[in-house]
Amino acid sequence: MAGKAKTAYDQSLRLDGKVALVTGASRGIGRVIARALAAAGAETVLLARTGSEIEALGREIAAAGGRASTLVADVCDTARVRPAIERLARLDVLVNNAGKNIPQPFLDATEAAFDDVFTLNVRAPFLVAQAAARRMVVGGQGGVIVNIGSTFGHVGGGERSVYCASKHAIEGLTKAMALDLAPHGIRVVTVCPTWTGTERARKALEDKALRASVLARIPLGRIGEPEDIANAVVFMCSSAAAMITGTSLLVDGGWTVP
Amino acid sequence: MSAGGLPVRLDGKVAAVTGAGRGIGRACARALAAAGAEVALLARSRDQIEAVAAEIAAAGGQARAVACDVCDPAQVRSAIGALSRLDVLVNNAGVNRPQPFLEVSEEALDLMLGLNVRAAFLVAQAAARRMVAGGEGGAIVHIGSTLGRVGSRERTVYCATKHAIEGLTKAMALDLAPYGIRVNAVSPTFVETEMTRRALADPAFRASVVERIPLGRVGRPEDVAGAVAFLASPAAAMITGASLLVDGGWVAR
Repeated sequence: MAGKAKTAYDQSLRLDGKVALVTGASRGIGRVIARALAAAGAETVLLARTGSEIEALGREIAAAGGRASTLVADVCDTARVRPAIERLARLDVLVNNAGKNIPQPFLDATEAAFDDVFTLNVRAPFLVAQAAARRMVVGGQGGVIVNIGSTFGHVGGGERSVYCASKHAIEGLTKAMALDLAPHGIRVVTVCPTWTGTERARKALEDKALRASVLARIPLGRIGEPEDIANAVVFMCSSAAAMITGTSLLVDGGWTVP
Repeated sequence: MSAGGLPVRLDGKVAAVTGAGRGIGRACARALAAAGAEVALLARSRDQIEAVAAEIAAAGGQARAVACDVCDPAQVRSAIGALSRLDVLVNNAGVNRPQPFLEVSEEALDLMLGLNVRAAFLVAQAAARRMVAGGEGGAIVHIGSTLGRVGSRERTVYCATKHAIEGLTKAMALDLAPYGIRVNAVSPTFVETEMTRRALADPAFRASVVERIPLGRVGRPEDVAGAVAFLASPAAAMITGASLLVDGGWVAR
C-alpha cells in the first residue's frame, strides 16, 4: 500500500516517519482517515473506546503494509487520555475526529444532550489537542492538528442548535490555536464534511424525505464518502499544505455556497 | 496508487494555466505536470512560457506554450478551442497596482478590473464551455487572495477584484455543478514572486507583512501550487465552491 512516490510533488504528500493520532478511529470517517494516513506512510495511533474495533483496524492497516497501534480509551476521559498522549514516543499529527450529534428542536433540547455533545465535540478535542500540542512542542519538530469540523460550523441547520454551536466553536478554536501554536511550527486546520456516507449516516438517510432534503442541498448531487474527507485530511497534514493554518477546508459538495 | 493512495494523479488530463510564465502560474503548471497532466501555458510573453515548457519537459512532463493575451476574449476562445480536451483550468493571471484610494486612477482601476475579474470570468466561461462539450466534467481553480477576505491599505481595487473572485467562485460552482465541473479558489497571502518583489524589497514593508503572518514567513509559489494541484485532482471530488486560504494564518486573526 505504501506505494513509492513518483515525483517531488507526490513526495510532498507522503507522511513517512510521522506518527499520527486519530480519535474516534473505530468507525466511520475516523476509520477511513486512519487508513489513509497509514497509506501515506504515517504510523497511526488509533484511539477509541472499543478495543476490538480498533484492534481489527490495526490488523487491517498492518495487512496493507502500514503501521498502527491502539490506545483504548474514552476520549472524554481526559485524566486518562492526556497522560497517554504526552507519553507517546513521538507525535506529528493529531486528527481530532471523535464527535456526535443529538438532533433536537431548539425548544426541546435537553441539558443532558447539550452537555453530552459539548463534552465530546468541544471539551475533549480542546484537551486532547492541548496534550498533543504539548507533546509536539517537546518533540521540537512542529506538527499538524486537524480538527474535524462540519458544514454546521459554517451555517445553521434545523434541529441542530447544539451541534452547530459545537462545530462553530471548533472553527473559533482552530483559528485561535493556530495563532498560539504557529511559533512552534504547529499548524491547526479544520476539514469540514457535509453528510458523509458512514454507517450511521446511511441509516439516517434511509428516511427518504431526509435523503431528498439533504441531496437537494448539495450542488454536486451526492453525499460525501469518508474517502473524500480522508483525502483532504492527508493533504492538510502533508508538506504540500505547509503554509496553511488557522483555516478550514469545506468538503461539502457546495452545501454552504447558496 | 502514487502518494500512498491519495488520488491526486492527473494522467491523461489536459490543464490550462493563465499567467503561466512566472511566479505562481509557473509553479502551478509545474505541479500539474508533475501530477501527470499535459499543461497548456497561457501568457502574453512567448519567451517566458516557452522557457517554462522547456523546464517541464526537462522534468519529464508535458507542456506547451500558447501565447495569448487573456484580456482578449477572441484570443482566449481560439486558444481554448485549439486544445484537444480540457479538464483543469487554473485562472491565475492577475495584477496589482497599490495606490491610496484617493489617488487611484481610472487607468489602474480598468487595468485591474479588466485582468483580475473580466478576463478571469471570460477565460473561465470559455473553459467551462469546453469542459461541458467534453462531457467529462472538470475542475476550475481561481487564484484568489487573502485580500479577497479582508481589507488592506492602498489596495482598494485589488481587494475589490479578489472579493469578486470569491463571489464568482461560489456562484460558478452552483451553475457548473450539474455538469460535474468543480470550481474553487486558492487564496494566498503575499507570495515571493516578481509581482511582489518590488514591494517586499522594502524592509519595512516586508517586516510589516511577515508580522501579520503567524507562520512567520511569506508564501512560496510552491505553497500555492500544492493546494491548486490538490483541488484540481480527484482527491478533491467533493470540494466545490470553496476557498482555501494559503496564508500562514493571516486571516485567522
